[in-house]
Amino acid sequence: MSEEASVSRRRFLAVATSVTGAVGLAMTAAPFIASFRPSARAQALGAPVEVDISKLETGSMVRVQWRGQPVWALKRGKEMLTLLGNHNDKLRDPDSKESIQPPYAVNATRSIRPDILVVISTCTHLGCVPIEKLQPADAELGADWPGGFFCPCHGSKFDLAGRVYTGVPAPTNLTVPPYRFVGDNMIIVGEDTGANA
Amino acid sequence: MSAAGTGAAAQGGRFARFIDWVDERFPLTAMMKEHVTEYYAAKSFNAWYVFGVLALLVLILQVVTGIYLTMSYKPSAEDAFASVEYIMRDVDWGWLIRYMHSTGASAFFIVVYLHMFRALMYGSYKSPRELLWVIGMLLYVALMAQAFTGYLLPWGQMSYWGAQVIVSLFGAIPVVGGAIVEWIRGDYFISDITLNRFFALHVIAVPLALMILAVVHILALHTTGSLNPDGIEIKKKKGPDGIPLDGVAFHPYHTAKDLVAIIIFAIVFCAVIFFAPDMGGYFLEHANFEPANMLKTPAHIAPVWYFTPFYAILRAVPSKGWGAFLMAMAIVMLFLLPWLDRCKVKSIRYRGWSWKIALTIFTVSFLALGYLGMQPVTPAYVYAARLFGILYFAFFLLMPLYTARERTKPVPDRVVYHGHH
Repeated sequence: MSEEASVSRRRFLAVATSVTGAVGLAMTAAPFIASFRPSARAQALGAPVEVDISKLETGSMVRVQWRGQPVWALKRGKEMLTLLGNHNDKLRDPDSKESIQPPYAVNATRSIRPDILVVISTCTHLGCVPIEKLQPADAELGADWPGGFFCPCHGSKFDLAGRVYTGVPAPTNLTVPPYRFVGDNMIIVGEDTGANA
Repeated sequence: MSAAGTGAAAQGGRFARFIDWVDERFPLTAMMKEHVTEYYAAKSFNAWYVFGVLALLVLILQVVTGIYLTMSYKPSAEDAFASVEYIMRDVDWGWLIRYMHSTGASAFFIVVYLHMFRALMYGSYKSPRELLWVIGMLLYVALMAQAFTGYLLPWGQMSYWGAQVIVSLFGAIPVVGGAIVEWIRGDYFISDITLNRFFALHVIAVPLALMILAVVHILALHTTGSLNPDGIEIKKKKGPDGIPLDGVAFHPYHTAKDLVAIIIFAIVFCAVIFFAPDMGGYFLEHANFEPANMLKTPAHIAPVWYFTPFYAILRAVPSKGWGAFLMAMAIVMLFLLPWLDRCKVKSIRYRGWSWKIALTIFTVSFLALGYLGMQPVTPAYVYAARLFGILYFAFFLLMPLYTARERTKPVPDRVVYHGHH
């Protein structure tokens, strides 16, 4: 009897010790895993940036950096905006249903103000920066090219609203960061009014 | 005369007594016997059997040169690029040590790919060597991690954008992908923080894993014994002394042969270091001689040659998720090889025509994908990559079918010295 009791006692102690050890190990691992996350300083450096668009001409872009990512602000003219509606059948996500953007950028121009496009200019495929091919009928991209962006890494194509074409590796449209206007000539990237977000 | 004789004997005696002293405290002689002087491998080894030793040599070379580079390199976004230039220009012999390390990276993959191809030809992955193969594959994955983390350190354009592309692959994981990418980078982009942690991984974490795995790989090899070009288990035919009839001791017989290979390797290695250290852009990509610029992607991003077969598969798929998935599966398939191959005959010398054709198709596909992964994205290249990608996977997925009833030749009992009949 005593031997049997001893065996079950030992089994209980072995299991209890193993479980306690495993829990301790998991709890010790947690801070090490968490230490890989962006540090407080990295988070602070990810603060919003201001973009002055007062000198931006139609058909040109200004590049800024937000959280180390290149952000473009493109001023689109009337012709550019009219061309946007003509190629929806060639786009993977023409209505921005699967793409990442604040709700106020879910519209035909993917922007708050129709003329100003603000996008994070890293390809949604693997993060390269596409080249601007703003003029229609490009020599490389064909006569029916309506103007847009072309990623040299893996050949993804985007239109002037940052919408991705079908048949290319990028899965979604160019991401629109949170942003807001301060007056007519200033954009704050990385922050919105909150009510819209 | 007699005094000198006794002196030598006494010296020998002292040394023997010292070894006895050690052996009572550590199994030195037993280990030497088990792994070196009484480890028997087939007499019929051909030139394909030198790449394991060469891989070990390159590992040691990388560790030693790496330690020296660490003494002058600064792992920060501000200083990294300049510190590599400092090593190249101002440190005495720094250029040599750095070129040994960068050429060593490519040399490592060359010898490992040849080592793996040897295993494919002679069936070195088959029972009872499945675990040996899996450990070897883990070494290969660790080597890829080592190459990848190391490539970020010079902080050139290709370092930066290559890391950007590869880290973004984890973003293809559903739901948690974005968080994992942020966790790997430790920032919202590839930054100083990422560089610093990749340095830590490259100089301690991964090399430690590589060295432990290398020891485990050799221990597993010495448990099953080395195979040979005939794919015969030499342990099945032992002489009265218990030594395999077709085997000779690793030392001094195989070490002598390996020394020849090491010398030839050293000649080629030095030729590359002295005359073509960047190998025309294949070992050190030209875009990497420009410091990292996070606002400008190089026009053409390609990884270093040893990753291009998998990169070609990634690019051939017009979907981010599936591209990343298939790229990972291309490596997983290799792990499964011992169980996909149903043929009992090991060596290609006695295997059927179906296997020979399949292995040829696979080899051509792997090389073709490697070439295509370096080329720019054009429709013709993408279609070619799709074709060879399908052949790559067909080799593995159809293997249980075409190896199950293979028309093999009879396998001899003893090794053959002039194999190709």
